[in-house]
Parts: sequence; structure tokens; C-alpha cells
Amino acid sequence: MTETGGWPEGHPPPASEARQPLLQLRGISKRFGAVQALSDVDFEVYPEEVVALVGDNGAGKSTLIKTMAGIYIPDSGEIWFEGKHVPVHGPRDSAALGIATVYQDLALSDNLDVVANLYLGREEVSSPLPLISEEKMEFRAREVLKSLDVKIPNPRNPVAALSGGQRQSVAVARSVMWKAKVVLLDEPTAALGVQQTKQVLELVLRLKHQGIGVIVISHNLANVFEVADRIIVMRLGKRVGTFVRSESSEEAVVGAITGAEFGKFKPQE
Amino acid sequence: MSAGPAPAPAAGQELRAGLDSLRRRVTSGDVGSLPVILGLVLIWAVFQYLNPNFLSPRNLTNLTVQIADIGIVSVGIVLVLLLGEIDLSVGSVYGLGSAVMAVLSVKQGWPTAPAIGAGILTGTAIGTFHGFFFTRFRIPSFVVTLAGLLTWFGAQLHVLGETGTINLTDPTITQLAGNFFSPTVGWILAVAVVAVLGVDVIIRRRRRANAGLPSIGLLGEVVKFVVIAAVIVGATAILASDRGVPMALLILLGFIIGFDIITTRTRFGRHIFAVGGNAEAARRAGISVNSIRIAVFALSGTMAAIGGIMGASRLLAVNYSSGTGDILLNAIAAAVIGGTSLFGGRGTVWSALTGALVIGSINNGLALLSAASDVKFMVTGGVLLAAVTIDAVARQGRQRAGV
Repeated sequence: MTETGGWPEGHPPPASEARQPLLQLRGISKRFGAVQALSDVDFEVYPEEVVALVGDNGAGKSTLIKTMAGIYIPDSGEIWFEGKHVPVHGPRDSAALGIATVYQDLALSDNLDVVANLYLGREEVSSPLPLISEEKMEFRAREVLKSLDVKIPNPRNPVAALSGGQRQSVAVARSVMWKAKVVLLDEPTAALGVQQTKQVLELVLRLKHQGIGVIVISHNLANVFEVADRIIVMRLGKRVGTFVRSESSEEAVVGAITGAEFGKFKPQE
Repeated sequence: MSAGPAPAPAAGQELRAGLDSLRRRVTSGDVGSLPVILGLVLIWAVFQYLNPNFLSPRNLTNLTVQIADIGIVSVGIVLVLLLGEIDLSVGSVYGLGSAVMAVLSVKQGWPTAPAIGAGILTGTAIGTFHGFFFTRFRIPSFVVTLAGLLTWFGAQLHVLGETGTINLTDPTITQLAGNFFSPTVGWILAVAVVAVLGVDVIIRRRRRANAGLPSIGLLGEVVKFVVIAAVIVGATAILASDRGVPMALLILLGFIIGFDIITTRTRFGRHIFAVGGNAEAARRAGISVNSIRIAVFALSGTMAAIGGIMGASRLLAVNYSSGTGDILLNAIAAAVIGGTSLFGGRGTVWSALTGALVIGSINNGLALLSAASDVKFMVTGGVLLAAVTIDAVARQGRQRAGV
């Protein structure tokens, strides 16, 4: 395994360094007009690991996530998946590798039921008549929801009837349904109450225990410290710090986010 | 961080879930076809009270022939409304499609099938054209189809030329709306349809059981089946006691059943609902949103032209005013009165039938009472406003319930 970027001083490499990263970005740069959104950024996520990506607004988190999702094509840099250099020319390439993105606005169809949403765009049909195989789909949908311990009274109810946490869970379950190996979550708890936030964080851990590499963007450091194994801090388009959760404090992470000296600021919500 | 305790599956859970689902549907404004059926019963009761001939087999048979063209056009409108769009050109396409058929059949002496085919394909081509402009240039659909309304009416005048009115002579074309099947044929069809419906319910229940899924409430399914079977048998009995089963009604029902299967049980249909519900989600799920939109506008144009041909067959002629007047507004009103939402993603093809029955009953009943157009337009307008109000109120209910 080669680390092209190296670790910032003072931060140890992850405990799992001996293993091969599931997804690795090397030296990614991306410029939008006059703005250098990403400059020479390295990133890696291992199987069965939760990585939190934190940073202030405009730090480049979303650009980095969208690069992984194939929405942005980097100006330079390489994307490696399971030890192989892979070409990612668009969202389809990324999806084909097993990288699933759960966006902030969830991308669910309110008027369709949970089963239809889980299978949206990939409905199973019978032969010879090309009719949708509802029973087969519902069976698999119930299985996946159960494996993630997502509690939904009836998967035949429209998504409009679900709570925010349940909707987020359905969106996450959709990625598991299609054998995602890496799941990108953009602010998964942003709009949720305390109880629902807890549900979603538990779901993140269950994803991890299924062997999936989970990448979470979040502004909520309390949540981050609850689930993340490593915390990668971005500032002004650069990766400025990597923290192993068990060996670091919220103060240190906040310091890295703001660029201030460690320990001077108390973390805010 | 451990999983919560799994609830023990109780026997009463199924019943509770069923009741819960029903309450959720009503409180969240998912009222479906209930208001239109209640409305239809009310309208029929009022007209029967005012004129005892209204519910006679002869008049009800006439009614089914009269609504065939509007119902068929309305099927296309339902599909467009499911996308959350609108097609204002269907009246002009109705007129142009029938004009093309009439000119080819009468003036050019084309055989029946090619003449009808050309009329229908004119509608398909126009719908595709609208869909292309709507998706490629992102012009709102009501503007694209408003331009279509004017353009294709002009084309209709041009195609009809100097004479203005073309009387249809081809016997097959005039039979489309004029032919009746014998009561025997009607009963055979009725029994076949009821049998297929019953078998479908049994097959689906068995498939759910085989897949180990919780079964749907048996009582509800039986009640639904009995009600539908009773309507089919009752309608057949009424038609059989007059002139038999009108071919126009069978054509309308054939389209409705066909498009009901397409919208509820195929991927294409599922994707129409997905695009109408959340186009961005559909796009991210890999659905080709623009292809769906173009296909739906093509279908809307096709159904409008078929409706025009049915209308021409009933009136035995095509002229400058074919497709003008209240065809467009009645077709849209029928879809909305039938319970298809103007806001996209919610509705069923059956609303074309129930809505057309409401509009047709008002026109027919007022004609029996010798009421003039003034009353007819005002009553139809009132019913439409009531239907749209129900839709809007239901939508607010959904928004309250849906967080």
C-alpha cells in the first residue's frame, strides 16, 4: 500500500493501515473557474469503517464526495477501488463499482410506497409478460429492512407517511439493497430530532458491521464522535488533519476545522 | 447501540395494521375515487327525479356511446396529469386526427385501416413533437401545447379545405360508434371479465403466501371483487335490455383496462408515477425522465386522435368545429373530476371513465330537460370546481400528514 500524500504531522496512521483501502483517492485537484475547490487531496476508506468528513462551509467536503460519486471529474488525481486504479467518468461508473450516495434531500418519491422506492429504476419484471413482480420485490425489501433493523409498519405505505428518520433509513437501505460497498452519507442527521438521529446513527453502525465502508459528512461533532472510526478534516480545499476517534478530542477537531490552535475553542452544535 | 427489542408478532397486528392504513389514507387525503362515485350517484338521483327517463336502459346506453370520445381523450390526459404536466392541444389534435382520416377515406379513397391508422399516427407524431419541445427546450408544457392548440386547429382547417364538412361514408368507420353487439356477446364478455378478475385475486393471494408475505385482508378483497362484479353484471343487464353492448363502450373500456395494467403493473407505468412524484429522484434512480415525458405526450396525442375518430364516427361527419368547443375542457375536467391529481403522481386511468360519466351525465340529463347551453356550462363548471377543490384540500391533508 502506498500513501502518496502522507499524514499531517502529529497524527498517527489508522490502526488498520495493514489492510487495503476499499476506496482511495490520490492527489485529487479540482478547480471551478477561479476557485481551487480541491488541491492535492488524498482520501481513503477501509472496509468495515466509518469515516467522518468534517470542515467548515466551502472546505471542499461536498466537492470531494461528488468526485467519489462521479458527478465531478477531477482535474488531476487518481481513484483506486479495491487496490485497482479505476476510471470514473460519471455517476454510472461510480455506481457500478458499488459506491452509493445518499443525498441530503433523500431522493425518494413521496407518492410511491417503500418497496417501489427501494426498487426505483430497477424494478423486477416477470416473463413472458413484462409485469412487475411485486411479491418478489416486497420479500427482498422486507429482508433488507429487517437486516438493518429498520422498523417500518408496512412497506406498502407511501413514503410520504414516514418520519424523517424512517425516510433516511429507506434511502440508506436502498444502497444496501444494491450491494453497495461504499456508502456516502451527506448530512444524514441534519433535519432530524434526537430519537430519529439515534436511529440513523445506529443504522450507520449496522452498515459498518455489514462490511461496508461508510463516509459521513456532518457538522455535528457529537454525532461524529459517536460513530466515526476516523475523522478527516478539510479546510480551504485541503486535507488538514486526520484523527483516530479513540485518541482525539472534539476540541482538537474543532481547532483543525477553524485553523485555530487546539483547545482554544469549545465545540458548538 | 444495540438493536431494540423485536416486537412479538401478534394475531391482531394484521387487523390493526389494516385499520391503521385506512385511517391514515383518509386523514392524509388519499380519498381516491370515493368523491366521484358519491357525486355520480347524487347526479343520477337528481336527474332521475327531474326526468324519469334518465335512468332508462335506452338513455343509459346512449350515455355510454356519448362519453366514448371524451373518455378516450381523457385517458391520455390522465397520463399527462400523472407526470404533473398538462396537454391543452388535445381538442385540436382530436379535430386534426379525424380530419386527416376523413380526407384520406372520403376524398382520397383510402381503405379503412390505412385511413384510420394515418389519423391516429398524426396524433402520435404531434404528441412526440410536443414532448420533444417540452423536454429539449424546457418550455412549460402548457405553453408548448397552447401553441399546439392554435397550430393544429389551423392545420385542421387547412386539411378540410374549401368544403368544410366531410360526411363519412366508409361503413367500418361509422360502425365504430354505431355498432352494437348482441346481449349474448355482452354476457360472454361480462362473465369472462369477472372470471379473470377473480382468478387474478386468487393468483396474487397465492403468490404472496408462497413468498411468505403477510396476506392482504381477505374481507376487503372479497367486498371489492363483489362490488366490481355487481357493477359489471348490472351494466350488462341494462345494456342487454336495450340494443346490446355498444362497440364504442367496449373500445373505451379496452383502452382503460389496457392503460390501467400499463400504469400499475409495468416498469413504464411505475416510472410515470416516479417522474410525476419527484422527477429529481427518478433521474437519480437512473430513469430516463425525458424519454418517459416524450412517450407520455406521444400517448396523449395518440389518444386525442383516437377520440376524434370515435367522435367523427358518432356524428358521421368531420367539419371545422370538430374538436373545438368543450372537448378539451371536458377531457381535462373528466380526468380531474375522476380523482386524478393536477399536481402529479397521484391518480388512476379509471378516473377517465368515472369523470367522463359525470360530465356525460350532466350533458345528457340537461339535454333531456331541454336546458340550454348556458345552464350546461355553469353546472359543468361548478362540478369541476368542486372536484379541484377536493383535490387541493386532499393535497393539503397529505402535506400535513406527510411531515
